[in-house]
Amino acid sequence: MIRRHDPGRALGLRIWGLIRKETRQVARDPSSVLIAVVLPLLLLVLFGYGVSFDPRRISIGLVVEQPTAETGSFTTSLRSVRFFDVRTSRDRRAFEAALVAGRLNGIVVLEADFAGRAARGDTAPIQVIVDGSDPNNADLVRNYIQGAWANWLEQEALSLGQQTHPPVVLAPRVWFNPGVSSHHYLVPGSIAIILTLIGALLTALVVAREWERGTMEALLATPVGVLELLIGKLVPYFALGLGAMALSVATAVLLFEVPFRGSFLLLALVGAVFLFTALGQGLLLSTVTRNQLAASHGALLSAFLPAFIFSGFVFEINSMPWPLPWISTVVPARYFISSLQTLFLAGNVTSVIGLDLLAMALIGSVFFALTALKTKTRLE
Amino acid sequence: MLRRLYALIVKELIANWRDKQTRMVLTISPIVQILLFSFAATQEVRNVSLAVVNQDWGGEARELVARFEGAPTVTDVRHLRGVAEIAPTIDARKAMMILHIGPEFSRRVQEGKTAEVQLILDGRHSNTAQILQGYATRIVEQFNGELAARRGGGRPASLVVARVWFNPNLETLWSTVPGLFAILTTVVGIMVSSLVVARERELGTFEQLLVSPLSSLEIVAGKATAALLIALALSTIMLLLAAFVLRVPVIGSVPLLYLGIAAHLGAVIGLGLFISSLAATQQQAIIGAFTFMAPSFLLSGFASPIENMPGWLRAVNELNPVRHFVLISKGTFLKDIPAGVVIDHLWPLLAIALVTLSAGAWLFRHKLH
Amino acid sequence: MDEPLVLIDGLTKRFGPGQRPAIERLTTRIEPGRVTGLVGPDGAGKTTLLRLIAGLLLPDEGRLAVCGFNTAADIGEIRRVVAYMPQRFGLYEDLTVLENLTLYADLRAVVGRERQEAFERLLTFTDLARFSDRLAGALSGGMKQKLGLACALVRKPRLLLLDEPSVGVDPISRRELWQMVYALVDQGIGVVWSTAYLDEAERCPEALLLSEGRLLYGGPPTELTHRAAGRTYAIREMEGDRRAILARALGRPEVMDGVIQGRSVRLLLAEGAEPPRPENVEAGAHAQVVPVPPRFEDAFMILLGGARANSPFAALARQNTVDGAVVEASVLTRRFGRFVAADRISFSVRSGEIFGLLGPNGAGKSTTFKMLCGLLRPSSGTAWVTGVDLATAPGLARARLGYMAQRFSLYADLSVQQNLDFFAGIYGLSVRAGREATARMVETFDLTPYLAASAGLLPLGFKQRLALACAVLHDPDVLFLDEPTSGVDPRTRREFWAHINAMVERGVTVMVTTHFMEEAEYCDRIGLVYRGQLIASGSPDELKVQARSATAADPTLEDAFIALIEAYDRKAAA
Repeated sequence: MIRRHDPGRALGLRIWGLIRKETRQVARDPSSVLIAVVLPLLLLVLFGYGVSFDPRRISIGLVVEQPTAETGSFTTSLRSVRFFDVRTSRDRRAFEAALVAGRLNGIVVLEADFAGRAARGDTAPIQVIVDGSDPNNADLVRNYIQGAWANWLEQEALSLGQQTHPPVVLAPRVWFNPGVSSHHYLVPGSIAIILTLIGALLTALVVAREWERGTMEALLATPVGVLELLIGKLVPYFALGLGAMALSVATAVLLFEVPFRGSFLLLALVGAVFLFTALGQGLLLSTVTRNQLAASHGALLSAFLPAFIFSGFVFEINSMPWPLPWISTVVPARYFISSLQTLFLAGNVTSVIGLDLLAMALIGSVFFALTALKTKTRLE
Repeated sequence: MLRRLYALIVKELIANWRDKQTRMVLTISPIVQILLFSFAATQEVRNVSLAVVNQDWGGEARELVARFEGAPTVTDVRHLRGVAEIAPTIDARKAMMILHIGPEFSRRVQEGKTAEVQLILDGRHSNTAQILQGYATRIVEQFNGELAARRGGGRPASLVVARVWFNPNLETLWSTVPGLFAILTTVVGIMVSSLVVARERELGTFEQLLVSPLSSLEIVAGKATAALLIALALSTIMLLLAAFVLRVPVIGSVPLLYLGIAAHLGAVIGLGLFISSLAATQQQAIIGAFTFMAPSFLLSGFASPIENMPGWLRAVNELNPVRHFVLISKGTFLKDIPAGVVIDHLWPLLAIALVTLSAGAWLFRHKLH
Repeated sequence: MDEPLVLIDGLTKRFGPGQRPAIERLTTRIEPGRVTGLVGPDGAGKTTLLRLIAGLLLPDEGRLAVCGFNTAADIGEIRRVVAYMPQRFGLYEDLTVLENLTLYADLRAVVGRERQEAFERLLTFTDLARFSDRLAGALSGGMKQKLGLACALVRKPRLLLLDEPSVGVDPISRRELWQMVYALVDQGIGVVWSTAYLDEAERCPEALLLSEGRLLYGGPPTELTHRAAGRTYAIREMEGDRRAILARALGRPEVMDGVIQGRSVRLLLAEGAEPPRPENVEAGAHAQVVPVPPRFEDAFMILLGGARANSPFAALARQNTVDGAVVEASVLTRRFGRFVAADRISFSVRSGEIFGLLGPNGAGKSTTFKMLCGLLRPSSGTAWVTGVDLATAPGLARARLGYMAQRFSLYADLSVQQNLDFFAGIYGLSVRAGREATARMVETFDLTPYLAASAGLLPLGFKQRLALACAVLHDPDVLFLDEPTSGVDPRTRREFWAHINAMVERGVTVMVTTHFMEEAEYCDRIGLVYRGQLIASGSPDELKVQARSATAADPTLEDAFIALIEAYDRKAAA
């Protein structure tokens, strides 16, 4: 029998009771399966197969106004570029319409006196038109055509027996990711999105629900303290998050063959610290709003979208105008994604991961401090 | 019947407007988001941090380094003392690219041989690496061309100059805003529709509504119309912000764009109502909405090109309304796409809307009895 | 046990500056070993006071000691000795009965054999042992309330606070709840029972009567009831329309308050007044006015200054009545899976009649009610409203009925005018007819000063008027009322029934479900639904006669309700 003289055991029992209750509720609600299993797998599959910045097929319209031997060899040169899907025509108008409709990524025009221009070494021997509505792709297309053009020139010179060699050549080495595959950074990054959803959104909803349904009032009238309530909420979702992370990492490494060069132990630590931060954010949101609708909007605006946009996941933080990079320093996903990309692709770079851990722990502590301040053991 | 429907729509509009929290969420957040995220969702690479390992003291090497340093995108340059510092610098993300010039560089250039320079890029963000590689290639080619011209011998390197249609200065804002406009319109549509049933139930007014002469079809129609009007109003605000504050050109047909918005919202709101009827609790409705939003945004073509997806996924993606709407939006803002192309993407939207709206209405009815 | 459990001295609680205090300079004490009833109209501060005692709110001024502890400083001690059951019972609907109990046992550190014993005791006590694996959300209202109580009692408290435990709970469950509370009191536990029902307060040895945050009375109810001595009469053996007689009686200066009780009318007189003579109220030749013993409710009405005497509806023109049955149920059956919620129920309601559906929670009463107003489709059988089949012409039928949900559910964010316009619109009134109808309602119910106010912020009485106005705006033939006044104080309830009576006088038919027997007394006929079947029907007096026995010579309607159900169970068992 526990009486008041055994406060330690009573405390443990209370926390255990809360954890057990929460776990049962999680297990019973189909929406938690949706968010912890279905959504992670869906996102991973999409990042693994679908979303990619690596060109797979670039449609090019080649206009040859007057076919000659030179245009023929250039066409071959253009066709030899990987990803290029080249269609030819003598009339540019059909291609221009296709560019407007988004069916073509670029147009190359070889004008009537192409051979002459090429021989003279004109600065604009060929005309290239790219679709600027996607600047990233436009740039890529331009670079590839430039490469094809330079290649062709070299071939032509060789066939004429000329020695051409550029004075300087660039030998690029892409470290960590020699195949330059965007999957290799998108798949690890998506783990941050998944954990943000579980940590911030799900937690925000379940705490707000307690307020809405009046069960919080009943809990507060028992000997439960604020800290115990928070721990009781935290542990099950923490476990759920770690489980979802393990599932995601396994899928990433085994199914999508993303290399993993760091240590799993460090990954678990980073994941745990990030989950702690995300849970803190969720708890804070629900404590402030006490309302599921507002909490979900808050999670969407302050956690989910920033994790996508302000985190360096897809968009480069350095490239954002002031003050956005500054704002991104308070987005915990930024640090998690940096650590994930490093652990997967580079390895245990302690200088990066150490700082990331520190930043996440700091942000998380602020969230928890605010939550503890706002959660009172009373209704006011 | 019209009178009843009208009353229901007016009520929905007033109720959303008079609830302070809803009003704040609905009006402030899309505005903040389009203004904030437009600048964040940039795909160009700027503020590049460059590190240089220059083992050659010749003039050519210094000139090449100066060209890299002087590139407008490079804002931060550090000089490393040796090759040994390369790995820690990249590892710790202190530089996004490293230019490594070997000791023989200037001599080889002077001798007319090909000199190689190494460029080391951080593959943890391979897209950035690829773009940086493009920047560097252009700098080197320009350097080559000028070297050749200066020497007078040989041919100057022939550079391809591309004309960029639709966005001549490759302004990122011009490409992110139309995409973001499509995404945020979707967010608004799903948020105003996915919680309607749960909230009405919570207020205790749901039964009151059900015993009135309103048929369940009328209730669904009224709620869908009100959600449509709210979302239309908000996307109009965002459109005005995009055009007049962010100064993104809108050169296409605005009426056609509105047709697209309406069809897209129909599809999204139908889905929202479906989720709303399916969900037993608010929590389920919200998570259901997120489960729709996350993948549909990823596949929309907003962040990554649709052409890069495998064929089967592109086929599945034809069912994703956001994908069609992003295309209409981008096309209208920047391209003045012809009506035929809009219609090509309008009819899938209308078909999806027809399916989701009838599924929403069917489930709503079905759940009642 | 001389030491009071709770000592309250000059207690004041405000929610925000500029607002009237929710509790104002309250001084009283709560004793152990007895039930203290906490009564008062809505918004009187009952819940606030309970939350203050439970330490969930902190007082702004004054002293509050619970079991000798200060609620601000010794919160840990308070939580150990005080058990509190909030209005919605604080249950997790997605956990089972046993899991809910386990949670609260964990939180209150009840373990090992003590836990086993407590569960056994509580499950027997609440008769929930059979349902220990059922989800709390799937329990009936009465069972939820018992489970809520069990959860509050896993560790024996010194003080038990119950916030309106009997709202939405049927008379049988209510009676069982009282027996449970008496058992607790016998063990020396102090119980505070907050309620809007005065008959419950009357059972308490001690009652605290709150109004607008102030204590109007504290002491034994009998003492207060005594103030009404000699002022209560009943008119018996009446002939003619009892509602008209009540209205006439209420119109007389000497009558302060009156209610219908089956075939009788019960009156409370103004101080020192003589009772009216039968002929004054046209009660018929055989009518007698006889003195009856006062009740606590009479004293309550005296303290609060009586009720609004009659409804403006009475002044409206009499409308044509419909011939034949207005509402008719014909072998209505509804199955949920294999469970038969309503089993071949048939009855019909005449024009201008008030018909009450009564029955224990989960017995099929709500299912029947929902089928009759079109919220639920019957598995077989037919429901007619004004001769229209709800299944084949739901729109037409619904246009003829008005509906008022529990506790006046309205669009809280919409203004009064917007609410009225909305209902005029969805009932298909033309713009002009709608404008006329809303104007009539605004005038009838004195809503003019509140037209622009949000419905959610109206005082309760006006919310009720608005809800009723919205339900009858389109001049329905039938009005469906779903537990219209559960948890509502007597004064507001009187006003509500005055409106309903006046409407019935105009020929409107009323269908009502209720757990509250005073409300049932207003009915012309009652159908008692139990185990999915209509087990008895008749006027309130007829039901009372059926339940008359040697032990209960003059049963109340509640006694009759319980007796009829027990008789049915005995017959089913035999």
